Amino acid sequence: MTTVISEKTDHFLSQLSIPENSFQLAAAERALQLDFPTTRDEYWKYTRLSKISKGAFTDSFEQKEKLDIEDQLVSNEFIVIENGIVREDISQYQKDYKIEISDASSPKTLKVNSSDIFSTINRAAAIHNVKITIGANKVIDTPLQIVYLNHSDRIISNTQLEINAEKSSKSTIVITNIGNEGKESFNNHVMTVDVAENAHLTINKIQAGNPSNYNISTEEIEQDQNSTFKINTVTLKGALVRNNINIAVNGQNCETHMNGAIVTKEKQHIDNHTFVDHKVSNCFSNENYKYVLEGKATGVFNGRVVVRQDAQVINAYQNNGNILLSDHASINSKPELEIYADDVKCSHGSTTGQLDENAIFYLQARGIAKENAKKLLVAAFIGEVIEEIEHEGTISLIHRLFKEVHNWDF
Amino acid sequence: MGKTLLDIKNLHAEIEDEGKAILKGLNLKVNAGEVHAIMGPNGAGKSTLASVVAGKDGYEVTEGAIEMEGKDLLDLDPDERAKEGLFLAFQYPVEIPGVSNINFLRTSLNEIKEYRKEEPISAKDFMALVREKSALVELDAKLASRSVNEGFSGGEKKRNEIFQMAMLEPKVAILDETDSGLDIDALRIVAAGVNKLKNENNAVILITHYQRLLDYIVPDFVHVLADGKIVKTGDKSLALELEEKGYDWLTDVKTL
Repeated sequence: MTTVISEKTDHFLSQLSIPENSFQLAAAERALQLDFPTTRDEYWKYTRLSKISKGAFTDSFEQKEKLDIEDQLVSNEFIVIENGIVREDISQYQKDYKIEISDASSPKTLKVNSSDIFSTINRAAAIHNVKITIGANKVIDTPLQIVYLNHSDRIISNTQLEINAEKSSKSTIVITNIGNEGKESFNNHVMTVDVAENAHLTINKIQAGNPSNYNISTEEIEQDQNSTFKINTVTLKGALVRNNINIAVNGQNCETHMNGAIVTKEKQHIDNHTFVDHKVSNCFSNENYKYVLEGKATGVFNGRVVVRQDAQVINAYQNNGNILLSDHASINSKPELEIYADDVKCSHGSTTGQLDENAIFYLQARGIAKENAKKLLVAAFIGEVIEEIEHEGTISLIHRLFKEVHNWDF
Repeated sequence: MGKTLLDIKNLHAEIEDEGKAILKGLNLKVNAGEVHAIMGPNGAGKSTLASVVAGKDGYEVTEGAIEMEGKDLLDLDPDERAKEGLFLAFQYPVEIPGVSNINFLRTSLNEIKEYRKEEPISAKDFMALVREKSALVELDAKLASRSVNEGFSGGEKKRNEIFQMAMLEPKVAILDETDSGLDIDALRIVAAGVNKLKNENNAVILITHYQRLLDYIVPDFVHVLADGKIVKTGDKSLALELEEKGYDWLTDVKTL
């Protein structure tokens, strides 16, 4: 058997210092045999990766002694990860969450798809692995915040998060990737999540880093019976952002919620791919993604729901609404429902349009300037997604970012 | 006689894309303290007049002027016209999901105040104002906090228009077929609201098909708009005459 080595992957990996241990070297070997997907691949049809695959990145940088994170914080429990490296010295967590930080040199429990190039590169090159355990029966009001920071230019950060929400626990994790430093950097995030029996877990993600950055997030979630999982993604900036959310619903009586609010401009490209695999009966899933695109921004939405043959009495709903604020913005939307069971209720819908001219005129006729009328309508459009983030501090951070990025008040 | 608030002079307007002339030399002078009714057959240009005065896109004014207290309105955007004191109660109020009535009105009131270089209204004063004015049109306070017009009945939408008018206290209010789709009780409530709002410093223009409304809001002048012009002006008795005879006798006269 001959092994074909991908030149692109070879070039990409050559920029990185792979930690010298058998596990990560083996992952690097495996990565070499994988190629970056192209637009000929079904799930990458609308997202070109050449800026990442041909890009010049480095993983060496000088740590900053002091990091100004005060205005990014929404909780007093937080872990700071600078350019992929955990900064325990400025992180703060003592009470409710069990946190284990280790080097990424052994397989541990990180379950990722070995044919996916980004998670394989992550496995090969990650420095740290962060494991968060929410103990059984713990109900924690204070969210744990993961603060991702990019500091120098053209940095590649490979981050690994493992979240275990144990039986009957209830908690919220907030993941922020904001701040304007570090141009043309590439964040390759991998996260695995286990939501155990009866557990409730909410993850709120805010993506608003430097607009020249690339961001690929691969998120593998498994749900056990009677659990509730909710993930809210708010994206305001990024040259190329791709979120892959894969949720395996393994136990009965689960609830799964996925919401997204994407508001971008310029030539930014935001791609959300979600996949819910209903393997067993009596579950509910709901998905609602809203895009507002200005300038030459492009959006991609691909929501896939599979209801397996044995999964009866499934309610699965999906909605994708898009507003294009300019003639040059575009969206590619693809809802995919695959149903093999017969007793299911599923719906999906996708709408794309402009702001309602009649509504704008109505607001203007009441003395509201056109620009403000548009803002009110946009805020209303994505409002139902923001409402799903049931944490006030996080919501006010989002509002502040809207003001900074788009000069919008809510 | 009060001072002139709205002065429409020789107004010609057409639909922008079609080039179809709708208003063909319309004159109307409205003074403070007056109530004017504009009636006329379908297609005469009544709603176009309301839209053109409010500044809606899609119409081109080819000749004439619209002045409010001497200020040319045609150069202003719709929101600036509202800030100058113009109000249009829509024939078909728009539903705006996700925007709460309260939030919208507060934005609106404060933008108007800013334009007039006044201090913004405090949350407390605003809520007191909402309570006072919603009572005026017997609008359930719960509706005030719902999304603008969303899921409102026809009557509730029209009452919401008058509630907004009460909140914004315009100098000139144009009520475009506010009576359409109202049952007799709702009509009475809406009319009572308008009557409470009118005073010697403001003016109301009622665009209507039916004499019925004018039993409740008594006009000082009744104008008949036909084929883009005002063809006859009289007092309230003209409305009764129209109710009896229709419009043919007026439009026929014109073609003779």
